[in-house]
Amino acid sequence: MKRRFVALAAVLALALAADAAAAKTFRYAFQGDLNALDPYTLNETFTLGAMGNVMEGLTKRDKDLKIIPGLAEKWEIVDSLKWRFYLRKGVKFHNGEDFTADDVIFSLDRMRSPGSQIKTRAPADMKAVKVDDHTVDFILASPNPILNAEWDTWYIFSKKWSEANGAVNAQPATATSLSPFAVKANGTGPFMLVSHQPGVKTVFKPFPGWWGKVEHNLDEVIFQTIKSDATRVAALLSGDIDMMDPVPVQDVERVKSSPNVRVLTGPELRTIFLHMDSFRDELLYSNVKGKNPFKDARVRRAVYQAIDMDAIHAKVMRGMSSNSAILISPLLFARAGEFKRWPYDVAAAKKLLTDAGYPNGFEVEMDCPNDRYVNDEAICQAVAQMQARVGIKVKLNAMPKSMYFEKAGPSQKYNSSFNLLGWTPGSFDSWNVIANIIGCRDADGKGGLFNYGGYCNREIEALNKKILEETDIAKRNAMIAEAYRINHEEAGVIPLHQQALVWGVSNKVDIVQRADNQILFYWARMK
Amino acid sequence: MLAFAIRRLIEALVVMLTVALLAFLLFRSVGDTVNQMVGQDTSLEDRLKMSKDLGLDDPVLVQLARFIVNAARLDFGISYQMKQPVISIIADRFPATIELALAAALLAAALGIPMGVYTGIHRDSWLSKLFLAVSLVGVSLPTFLIGILLIYVFSVWLHLLPSFGRGEVVSVGFWRTGLLTLSGLKALVLPAITLGLFQMTLVTRLVRAEMLEVLRTDYIKFARARGLSERSINFGHALKNTLVPVITVIGLQLGSIIAFAIITETVFQWPGMGLMFIQAVQHADIPVMAAYLLLAAFLFVLINLIVDLVYVRIDPRIRISGRGA
Repeated sequence: MKRRFVALAAVLALALAADAAAAKTFRYAFQGDLNALDPYTLNETFTLGAMGNVMEGLTKRDKDLKIIPGLAEKWEIVDSLKWRFYLRKGVKFHNGEDFTADDVIFSLDRMRSPGSQIKTRAPADMKAVKVDDHTVDFILASPNPILNAEWDTWYIFSKKWSEANGAVNAQPATATSLSPFAVKANGTGPFMLVSHQPGVKTVFKPFPGWWGKVEHNLDEVIFQTIKSDATRVAALLSGDIDMMDPVPVQDVERVKSSPNVRVLTGPELRTIFLHMDSFRDELLYSNVKGKNPFKDARVRRAVYQAIDMDAIHAKVMRGMSSNSAILISPLLFARAGEFKRWPYDVAAAKKLLTDAGYPNGFEVEMDCPNDRYVNDEAICQAVAQMQARVGIKVKLNAMPKSMYFEKAGPSQKYNSSFNLLGWTPGSFDSWNVIANIIGCRDADGKGGLFNYGGYCNREIEALNKKILEETDIAKRNAMIAEAYRINHEEAGVIPLHQQALVWGVSNKVDIVQRADNQILFYWARMK
Repeated sequence: MLAFAIRRLIEALVVMLTVALLAFLLFRSVGDTVNQMVGQDTSLEDRLKMSKDLGLDDPVLVQLARFIVNAARLDFGISYQMKQPVISIIADRFPATIELALAAALLAAALGIPMGVYTGIHRDSWLSKLFLAVSLVGVSLPTFLIGILLIYVFSVWLHLLPSFGRGEVVSVGFWRTGLLTLSGLKALVLPAITLGLFQMTLVTRLVRAEMLEVLRTDYIKFARARGLSERSINFGHALKNTLVPVITVIGLQLGSIIAFAIITETVFQWPGMGLMFIQAVQHADIPVMAAYLLLAAFLFVLINLIVDLVYVRIDPRIRISGRGA
């Protein structure tokens, strides 16, 4: 009995001792999960960000979101319909294979395979031509000034590895069997995947053969999902994790006041705005019969000017937002500073309503998600209450995102009269915003798919067609500014703010926070 | 005995079919599955095609029939979110929940029964009153609060125990267990307490009530008169007779713990079936939700059956009267 006890004690002692290694392990947690690792299967920031440490695209973005060379060391626009990319030499995949032009051509086909969710990364009619092992030409059918804007998340697959592992086609969402590589990964990036338990834990370690200059000093990275906000905060405060995203706004003070951790805040690219149904001839959820008040720009302006964004910024978002006058983050549009919001003015709003024929306001229902954006339900509640001051009585329906997007979105043919939406343009460019958010659409959603209110101005449509192909940056920005100006004048869609990123970071860690919320630990250093 | 078993099996089948039907009707209104699965840049045509491919456009009865037929073959389809067969996700998460549930039940029994016996025997001692007050805390505080409180005290403040997760796990065959590693055991403590506190209270009060009743009966009085030791009376005679309702309750509660450890698993990020279910609800992942409900129904039915059989074994009165009929 005594011998057994001594043996047990020895085992315990060893177990405790083994813990004392000096390896720099970076542990981080997020509220969502990493599921299938195929970066073509889900067009979602978190997964793409995590995989951005393991795989790379032809171009990348630096800490300020500027486009920099990636797997292509330089590129030139030979003429408006031909771009030539010169690939980096001596790059190896994690399994030892060389990176060549064949991999790029293969990745393009894979990106267009039926299960891929990122088909829009490149124009559908673009062709790729291999010039030699390290040069690729892309032939376009029409000019595209922002061709490679989204290529930092179009990761290059190894042709040989994909063929050997049954990964030639992207895993379709309706697959009846899981591709074997959904828990494996093979890229050219600075980190390799060690293990992956979907929804639970993912482990990475540095790839010694990486081509670039190593800026991190990590030996291991462990990612875990922690859904519950309070638990995530506790894990950070207790030192079980080194970084978390996001810190719920009500816990920010607690994290700030703790000695071992700090709060890292910065603007996010996501813009939050309000849609009003100006498509239908009669609103579905209102007491106004025979006509649609939201078709009148004065009514929309009144709704706009009834909203006190400074109060929302201070009280609802607790300072963690930037009020916005246009539908895109100022980080992504050089002329954003020229726009100012319509001022908060209850008297002016009431006058507008009276002029439009609604001196006593009217009733309308508002739909809102309650678990998608930062404080989404609270923002809607504030907006609804503010509308009451000018006579518009708003009944708010807040619901989980899975139900909200079904109701307010194309599935139920935009079954809503007044709602809230958030958007980050995947291309970091305004064309995407104008097309998706204020582009004209039909009743089914062909056109501006995310234009929930169906606001339509043909001038904006015409401008956007030109914006797509204009290669002169000054001219292009002028057209973009004009499109935003028209929306501003007509209050077609009401911009509210850009939400802020709030990361909780241990004081032992230095990490870069990029406005697109991709967690790139190849820029992290630990003390 | 055989007739009894067959009758119970038929009842079980009826329960399962009813649950399947209810689950299906409910899941018609959980939200837009396709939007949850695709990125924002997916075109309308692709979304409509996906809806058709998933069979979401078929009439309800067709979808229900398809589901029941597949379920009978243990094929619950592929999870929309995790892109794996549902049965393998459940098999993956099952050990975590079972270990937690059993640890909680064991804790509840190991602490609850002695506490119940003590408070039953020494009705008015201050220690009894203390036990009863503490157990009251167990039922009145919500699980979520207890969990977070324990995390803040033992993890953030005292740095004694981990704040989330299961620790290191070791694979024994297909079963991934956290019981064989120190970090696994440490990680099990707080969630087990959180989950087991409610059951412990139930067990304590039940044992206490039963003890109080049994100790007043004639045969106990006669045993005392005969000079048997207090220990022999309390544990040999009285306790055994209180066990029937206690086992019933623990059995039913075990089913409830396994099926609904959702809150505890969410608070502690315990990778079990409860957490899987919550994630499925948020993503409108219908295959997982439907499979989970069926599994929960099956568990309750099974545990009920076992409890009834154990009942018959340990209470001679039931056996005797049963034989007569």
